Amino acid sequence: MIRVQEDDFDVGAELERLSAEAKGSGALSCFVGLVRDFSGGEAVSAMTLEHYPGMTERQLGKIEAEARERWPLDAVLIVHRYGRLEPGERIVLVATASAHRKAAIDASSFLIDWLKTKAPFWKLEETPEGDRWVDADPEDTAAEERWIAREGKCGHG
Amino acid sequence: MQMLYFGWVRQRIGVPAETVAPPDEVTDVDGLIDWLSGRSDAYAEALRNRDTLRVAVNQELCEFDAPVSVGDEVALFPPMTGG
Repeated sequence: MIRVQEDDFDVGAELERLSAEAKGSGALSCFVGLVRDFSGGEAVSAMTLEHYPGMTERQLGKIEAEARERWPLDAVLIVHRYGRLEPGERIVLVATASAHRKAAIDASSFLIDWLKTKAPFWKLEETPEGDRWVDADPEDTAAEERWIAREGKCGHG
Repeated sequence: MQMLYFGWVRQRIGVPAETVAPPDEVTDVDGLIDWLSGRSDAYAEALRNRDTLRVAVNQELCEFDAPVSVGDEVALFPPMTGG
């Protein structure tokens, strides 16, 4: 399941719901992304996330489908926020449920790596030097390429 | 044709969306970007470096040689930074 929203989310409640949906799964794995208070040596006082309504939902849906293709998952949740967020605020939640821990952990790691470069979001940071757009990180592209190389070779254990 | 702009592309062009009617010679994204760039310095500046541009036609990511036609939704934006 995917959700794109301006409002905050309750991690505990989301995981409760996911584990209820995936009754009998042996493993639940999640990642929560937060707004940092620094970037490139500068203090960041806020970040505004802009997105492409419509395409965002389609891309997140494809990312979920790709994860389900690669691992035997009982449930998948992606919640991504947009709008103006301050340091410490939650930006994104990915969570996966599977029979075994490796599939759940690997799939949640894949989801967050994959949406870094494939989800149509753009981030504007507020710093003492003025506003600046966050550039794509070459490390995120490298992470994406590692997953591409692993295609079809993911452990199902 | 419905154009959408995001991130610094939107900021440099100055509008988030607009309807455009390119001439018949414009048949792909490359041609569309060339045509838009001729409209004003702001467009030319925003669309100058294709290495830093990404494009979606009808909400699907595509290359610059992808065809475009009347009725398409074409979005131009910087590399995505989700998560």
